[in-house]
Amino acid sequence: MDGIHDMGGMQGFGHTRALDAGPPFAAHWEGQAFALGLLAIRASGANLHAFRHAIERVPAARYLTGYYARWLMGAQNLLRDSGVVSDEEVTARAARLSGQDAAEPARPELRKPDMPSGGPGNLRSLDSPPAFAVGDAVRTRDLHPSGHTRLPRYVRRRAGTVAAIQPAQVFPDSAAHFRGEDPQHVYSVEFASAELWGAGCEPFTLSIDLFEPYLEPAT
Amino acid sequence: MTAAQEHLDPALRVEALASLLTERGLIDPATVETFIKTYEQSVGPMNGAKVVARAWADPDYRARLLADGTAAIAELGFKGPQGEHIVVLENTPAVHNVVVCTLCSCYPWPVLGLPPSWYKDPSYRSRVVREPRAVLAEFGLELADDVAVKVFDSSSEVRYMVLPERPAGTEGMSEEELAALVTRDAMVGVAAVGAP
Repeated sequence: MDGIHDMGGMQGFGHTRALDAGPPFAAHWEGQAFALGLLAIRASGANLHAFRHAIERVPAARYLTGYYARWLMGAQNLLRDSGVVSDEEVTARAARLSGQDAAEPARPELRKPDMPSGGPGNLRSLDSPPAFAVGDAVRTRDLHPSGHTRLPRYVRRRAGTVAAIQPAQVFPDSAAHFRGEDPQHVYSVEFASAELWGAGCEPFTLSIDLFEPYLEPAT
Repeated sequence: MTAAQEHLDPALRVEALASLLTERGLIDPATVETFIKTYEQSVGPMNGAKVVARAWADPDYRARLLADGTAAIAELGFKGPQGEHIVVLENTPAVHNVVVCTLCSCYPWPVLGLPPSWYKDPSYRSRVVREPRAVLAEFGLELADDVAVKVFDSSSEVRYMVLPERPAGTEGMSEEELAALVTRDAMVGVAAVGAP
């Protein structure tokens, strides 16, 4: 989806924040949110890709309120979608924890996804050979799915070169929607900065890992 | 989510969710605290610093690390979530590598722990793939024009870690002393390791 999360190349976010060596969690709730997000994946019968997409679906203005705030709202999205915990239950429980009187809503009906897993993690072996070789000229396809994808806007319809073949992996675009693992070959594709940002941009090379269905041969 | 639900204070949201999930036997509060302690105490950039120090001290290890990062890092006992396949990028006088995840904030947890605020911030995620030299300069790293810059956007399950250049004046230092010089920022590629 073309959401706020797809930030590569956007302008208007200002100066970078200071490098600092602060603790991983600025407050205890951030640590709790971190753990809860990971535990929610299992509790809702989802997977890492569905969790990333659940965070992407956080409304844009709320997405920008902070990493663990959106992480936590993503966890709630997963739990609601699977019928584990409803939004109404969260609201009521929050009210009660704040000392207000709130009736506990009825529990929702479970509707967990049941996508078969090909094993732990996301690396998979494929029988089919990769379609592209190191050195091949490729172009990213003009894809605009409304669901999850790992093809960012800023590299769509751009010409690059395959620099490395990475291990084949579960296809996020499919797994995030519980349509199966559909593992794919993955390529590190290099783009010249001018291909992405036009003449006059800084000279550099951008390398990004792209799944085979995102690519076509460059002609 | 309704507007009211969207605006729930996150500290209260986490309490509400934890309380409901605990009641349903779906999470154990002790597990939550274990996760927090793990990433506060055991998994962090001190792990990556040991990898870098070993690579600086041992040319055979360095070769293994660059050929198969995941396996060489596992030799030192570091593996786990977000470390399924780690590629190590070697910074040299001619090439400077820097890592980002524009779509979320993917980061090599087993060697660097959880990402710092600046890495997750929209300013870094949006800008480093468009004007990396300007971003690095803001962080205090000025690169000469003849240094090639390579930006790696972590968009699959491959995780990247930078092997910084060993600073001058560190000859004869022990691995432990070397590791103490290595910073998280240098292993993401937004800083150099300073001379002792």
